[in-house]
Amino acid sequence: MKKKLGLAVGVALTAALALAGCSGASESGGKPSAATINIGSVYEPQNLDNTAGGGQGVTEALNGNVYEGLFRLTDEGKVENLLASKYTKSSDGLTYTFTLRPGVTFHSGAKLTSADVKDSIEKVTADDSQSARKSSLAPIESIDTPDASTVVVHLSSRSISLPYNLSYVWIIDHAAKNLKTTEDGTGPYELDTWKHGSSLSLTRYSKYWGTAAKNAGVVFHYYSDATALNNALLTNAVDVVTSEQSPDALSQFTGNSSYRVTDGKSTTKLLLAFNDKVAPFDKVEVRKAVTSAIDNKKLLKSIWGDYGTLIGSMVPPTDPWYENLTKVNPYDVSLAKKELAQAGYAKGFTFTLDTPNYDPHPAAAQIIKSDLAKVGITVKINIITPDTWYSKVYQAHDFQATMQEHVNDRDVVFYGNPDFYWGYDNPKVTGWVNDAEKAQTTTEQTDLLKKVNTQIAEDAASDWLYLYPQIVVASSKLSGYPVNGLNSQFYAYDIVKK
Amino acid sequence: MLSYLLRRLAFLVITLVLASIVLFVLLRLLPGDPANALLSVGATKEQIQAAREHVGENLPLVVQFFRWFGQLARLDLGTSYISGLAVGPEIASRLVVTVPLTLMAFVLAVLIAVPVGFIAAHRADRWYGILLSAVSQLGIAVPVFWIGVLLVSFFALTLKVLPAGGFPQDDWSDPGAALQSLALPVLTVALVMAASITRYVRSAVLDVLGSDYLRSSRALGAGFAEAMWRHGLRNASVPVISILGIELATTFLGAVVVESVFALPGLGSMLLTSIAQHDYPDIQGILFVSTFAVLIVGFLADLAQRLVDPRLRATVSGNRRGAAGAVEAVRP
Repeated sequence: MKKKLGLAVGVALTAALALAGCSGASESGGKPSAATINIGSVYEPQNLDNTAGGGQGVTEALNGNVYEGLFRLTDEGKVENLLASKYTKSSDGLTYTFTLRPGVTFHSGAKLTSADVKDSIEKVTADDSQSARKSSLAPIESIDTPDASTVVVHLSSRSISLPYNLSYVWIIDHAAKNLKTTEDGTGPYELDTWKHGSSLSLTRYSKYWGTAAKNAGVVFHYYSDATALNNALLTNAVDVVTSEQSPDALSQFTGNSSYRVTDGKSTTKLLLAFNDKVAPFDKVEVRKAVTSAIDNKKLLKSIWGDYGTLIGSMVPPTDPWYENLTKVNPYDVSLAKKELAQAGYAKGFTFTLDTPNYDPHPAAAQIIKSDLAKVGITVKINIITPDTWYSKVYQAHDFQATMQEHVNDRDVVFYGNPDFYWGYDNPKVTGWVNDAEKAQTTTEQTDLLKKVNTQIAEDAASDWLYLYPQIVVASSKLSGYPVNGLNSQFYAYDIVKK
Repeated sequence: MLSYLLRRLAFLVITLVLASIVLFVLLRLLPGDPANALLSVGATKEQIQAAREHVGENLPLVVQFFRWFGQLARLDLGTSYISGLAVGPEIASRLVVTVPLTLMAFVLAVLIAVPVGFIAAHRADRWYGILLSAVSQLGIAVPVFWIGVLLVSFFALTLKVLPAGGFPQDDWSDPGAALQSLALPVLTVALVMAASITRYVRSAVLDVLGSDYLRSSRALGAGFAEAMWRHGLRNASVPVISILGIELATTFLGAVVVESVFALPGLGSMLLTSIAQHDYPDIQGILFVSTFAVLIVGFLADLAQRLVDPRLRATVSGNRRGAAGAVEAVRP
């Protein structure tokens, strides 16, 4: 009797809640312009400021949507004018004069002026800035604001990437406060609510200077679990998943006409990074041998199935200086053995691989271990947390080899810095990287960085295991969403729901 | 009773102060650097130093402690290093999810476990008694996330009657939507909790069924139901109440897995993120509030036991008349 009562209560509660669920009005339907788009993501912003450790989640949600730069990096990787209507460069390349677009207002109502631009750039270059872009803006010596719509930037040395680098600098109202938790940008959306741990909603900004967003607003829903995120898409709780992290789950979408799966261009590389300064990886032959002994094709297949690309070096296809270098150190076990013998390690050696504890590193480490065992190299896998990775590997350089994802485009230039964590030091490469930044033309820049790319591949500075796929899964009712999401940006203003 | 309450209150305050010291020191003993969460690959040495200064890691530990303790005394839990949000309101916004989840699951679990446990004990020799006992054993062995996944797959993905996860952005302003979101997590936690409580109820009831006083009561002419009602249930409930307190506290602290499976913005998921980032103000705030909640639950369980069993009241208050009364009340 009492058992029945207990079960009945449980069933009744579930049924009541289920009925409540049925009565809840669905958000779908209505005019496209009135629709709110629900976006699912695993990258939650840690805070809302991209100069204070907000992480890649803040770029995804706010870059181009809430905040804008003088320039915009399109989803195809091109740099376009945005808040700068035009710019001129002095003949020595040391002075850039930017003219601001008229009629731009911040969400607070304040008008955009050159003072805001100066302040925003100086926020990134400030001593206490935590912006990842700080060092790329190091050539900026001073900024003048001769009038409200003109900004003059003086450089200490030529910087051909300046417009590109400025595409990451958000122009913020200089009077704005508490940017970690609020915003004051010029973008097509303004921040509605940020519910930390759950969601972030943006609504269309009615006084936007440009073409208004095609939807009424967007809500980013955050999930720590990839399965929960996929379930949200399957139950229409979200309309699109910005970056699918669970390839095993794709089959439930690829075979279903209600969803569209796109395989876009990513900029995220998975690296087996050697410490090029310590034995045995201080020898080029050893690095080449290890690279040739690992079957990257099999590795990619086992982790991402039919998705992802092999690139053979640090440059993704969306960078202007991309070349397919997979043949430089091909998968060839006998070649690997020969190179090991040349380096004096005919019987192999043992090394420790510091492996981040999250996917796909532990699985990749096992495959690497098994491949290297075939040439006599023993791998000791040391699983570490991201925090330990940062202290031990990045800061202290206390490692032999490690694995890491490098997410940004144009980051081949890290190989020009001999003090970087992997310790690669080739003066020729350092010179080319520096010269490329001071180049007169983009052709000259491209040629130099192609040389860098080829040289680091020939030196097997690291083993570039593969380039991640950028898989976006969306409801087939959705259109206008970015499929490449370079550097984690996700422009939401053109998304339309049928 | 009043002196007992005052003593418990003093105990609560002293425990909280000691806990705050212990958790502050223990957190600092853990390896890791809170500044790392603010930094990315490409950060320069100057940026690393600036991040350290931002999180106050350059200050002596004693200064850091008294700064935090001073805030605590003003009922201010500080500001997160990473998110920049005030810790107190942030915890409050998470409790809006975790507390209803825990309490609803608890009530449902008790409603299931008490009758099931009773039948499993009273009919221990029948097939259904054995079955209930076996099912409860199985329930303890099955991981909570697995039950969650099964329920999602059935109610959300197949029947499509309940959401698979998430919580409304505007919290409880639409109670129907909030309840829908909590339905499956509540059921998941309740099933696991019920399995565990059932085992305790069963053994407590078995204990009572084999007791002399119940046999005596029956011998003096009371029917089974009357004997159980007058003496059995009260005695069986004393150990069960203490287990219920522990279960409630464990669920409150252990909601991490369920919150992850159902993407709920609760206290558990906040703790998990904060630990990964070494966000000390967040971690300290959560652990402080959790310690407080566990102490309150323990206190309430203690109080409930005393209300049920007057002998316990007597041992603390020294009320001899009460003690005599208690013996009279529980003896047949």
